[in-house]
Amino acid sequence: MADTLDTRVPTVVVDDVHITYTVNGARTGKGSATSALNRIVSRRQPRGARQVHAVKGVSFAAYKGEAIGLIGSNGSGKSTLLKAIAGLLPPSKGRVHTQGQPSLLGVNAALMSDLTGERNVVLGGLAMGMTREQIRERYQGIVDFSGINEKGDFITLPMRTYSSGMGARLRFSIAAAKSHDVLLIDEALSTGDAKFQRRSKDRIMELREEAGTVFLVSHSNRSITETCDRAIWLEAGTLRMDGPAKDVVAAYEEFTGPAKSGKPRK
Amino acid sequence: MVSQTAAPPAPVDTASPDLLPVYAPGELAALAARHGLTVSGARPTLGAYIRQLWGRRHFITAFATAKLTAQYSQAKLGQIWQIMTPLLNATVYYFIFGVLMNTKHGVPDYVPFLVTGVFIWTFTASSITAGTRAISGNTGLVRALHFPRASLPIALAIQQLQQLLFSLGALFLILLVFGQYPRPSWLLAIPALTLQALFNTGISMVMARLAAKTPDIAQLTPFILRTWMYASGVMWSLDTLLTADRVPRLVLLALECNPAAVYIDLMRYALIDSFTGAQLPPHVWAIATAWALVCGIGGFVYFWKAEERYGRG
Repeated sequence: MADTLDTRVPTVVVDDVHITYTVNGARTGKGSATSALNRIVSRRQPRGARQVHAVKGVSFAAYKGEAIGLIGSNGSGKSTLLKAIAGLLPPSKGRVHTQGQPSLLGVNAALMSDLTGERNVVLGGLAMGMTREQIRERYQGIVDFSGINEKGDFITLPMRTYSSGMGARLRFSIAAAKSHDVLLIDEALSTGDAKFQRRSKDRIMELREEAGTVFLVSHSNRSITETCDRAIWLEAGTLRMDGPAKDVVAAYEEFTGPAKSGKPRK
Repeated sequence: MVSQTAAPPAPVDTASPDLLPVYAPGELAALAARHGLTVSGARPTLGAYIRQLWGRRHFITAFATAKLTAQYSQAKLGQIWQIMTPLLNATVYYFIFGVLMNTKHGVPDYVPFLVTGVFIWTFTASSITAGTRAISGNTGLVRALHFPRASLPIALAIQQLQQLLFSLGALFLILLVFGQYPRPSWLLAIPALTLQALFNTGISMVMARLAAKTPDIAQLTPFILRTWMYASGVMWSLDTLLTADRVPRLVLLALECNPAAVYIDLMRYALIDSFTGAQLPPHVWAIATAWALVCGIGGFVYFWKAEERYGRG
């Protein structure tokens, strides 16, 4: 591996990254209002607040053209690491170096359920950094892809009137409308009905070809082995294994036990 | 293989050692430097930050308008509430302060005086309240998408400005009903509101940063705002209430230089006939501009200084 390091172009370099959350409101009791005020004024770390060490010193380099699957049990720090790569959650120690701006696939947080689907397409596109012209060009494509209008004119209704499946489809369609240099996908494959899942998988393949590097977080071992050539296994915030997807997934399946393998968990 | 329940950092006992690459200290940083990679999530320079914000101007306005329309979309009367809410607000204040407490004593054109005060005060107060929630209320957005974070407090300040424009529609109706007709001095409302909007945006960016770090700020602001409101002469004339023989002249001057009072009085001066320049503190436009520039620019820089830390738990 070492001899090929220089010929390949790295897109994401994660260098000994630690991520710590401070959780307020998880106090174990005790601590009066005055002592809390005192802590705020003196800028000391609140004694009752808990520190959650989600990622503990992870290092790896990702190269152009790779599709990397992140696996590990619930709460092992996969999504947190993804957010750190996207630059959305600053690491408390260590650094993430990137080529360009990696983006998470997802616009859910930017959409407003009281607005029509139509306006949400525009709002979501703008939130992802698309220009108004780009949105105008791709608008029809987004609506067609989501299939929202297959059963009548739903795109002009507020999103709160959509079924959860319809909402998820529109959200995925908006998110997948933009191509990225480094694309980070968190469990995106599990939305919608079987027909839509097939369609979204094809779209992710397309995005993968357009993007330099793709990271995929999934609990479905099958989708990892199908879409990724390399896999990184995280357990309790530390890197457990990093190598060809087939080998890592096999070892992970061994670890979790045969009963759970292949069955996607949420 | 089954014995893998050991401590996580322990190397996995597979045949190939390739599966857990070990990097020498500094090796990865050197690799990144060799290929010109940049540190993810680092704070951009102030100039680059302003350029990024400008690039996101369409998002900022779309977000503001979306928030505004989403506000009343569940109500049966819909967007009519945009104009009904300020009108009802003014009615409540008139009932309490004009009729019950009779503070209108000595204030000519009390209704236009009161309504202007309430609307202009509401603009500042709600901008600040919105500012405290700009980051802390949008953590999901901050943790999911990449954009200059100042977009959020700015968008919310624009939403308040749009809301104010609806209120002004109501205000102009009230002014006409109470015999205040358009005259050239009404144009002074434009620079006054521009300065106030700049001031509000700056303060709400300061509040956004404070509340992002210490959410408790949001609990405190209503009390601070209420105290500030009563000290700003929203429903009474500070001039007639606090005469020089009761309060030292200096205290009165300090009260009159308070930014909320300055912006309220400027609007009254612009819109109401009987509110003369004599009721304004000396150098009122200079004070209004100074507040706007100091808070607007200061607030922006203060907000930018913590850019890379927003969204951290």
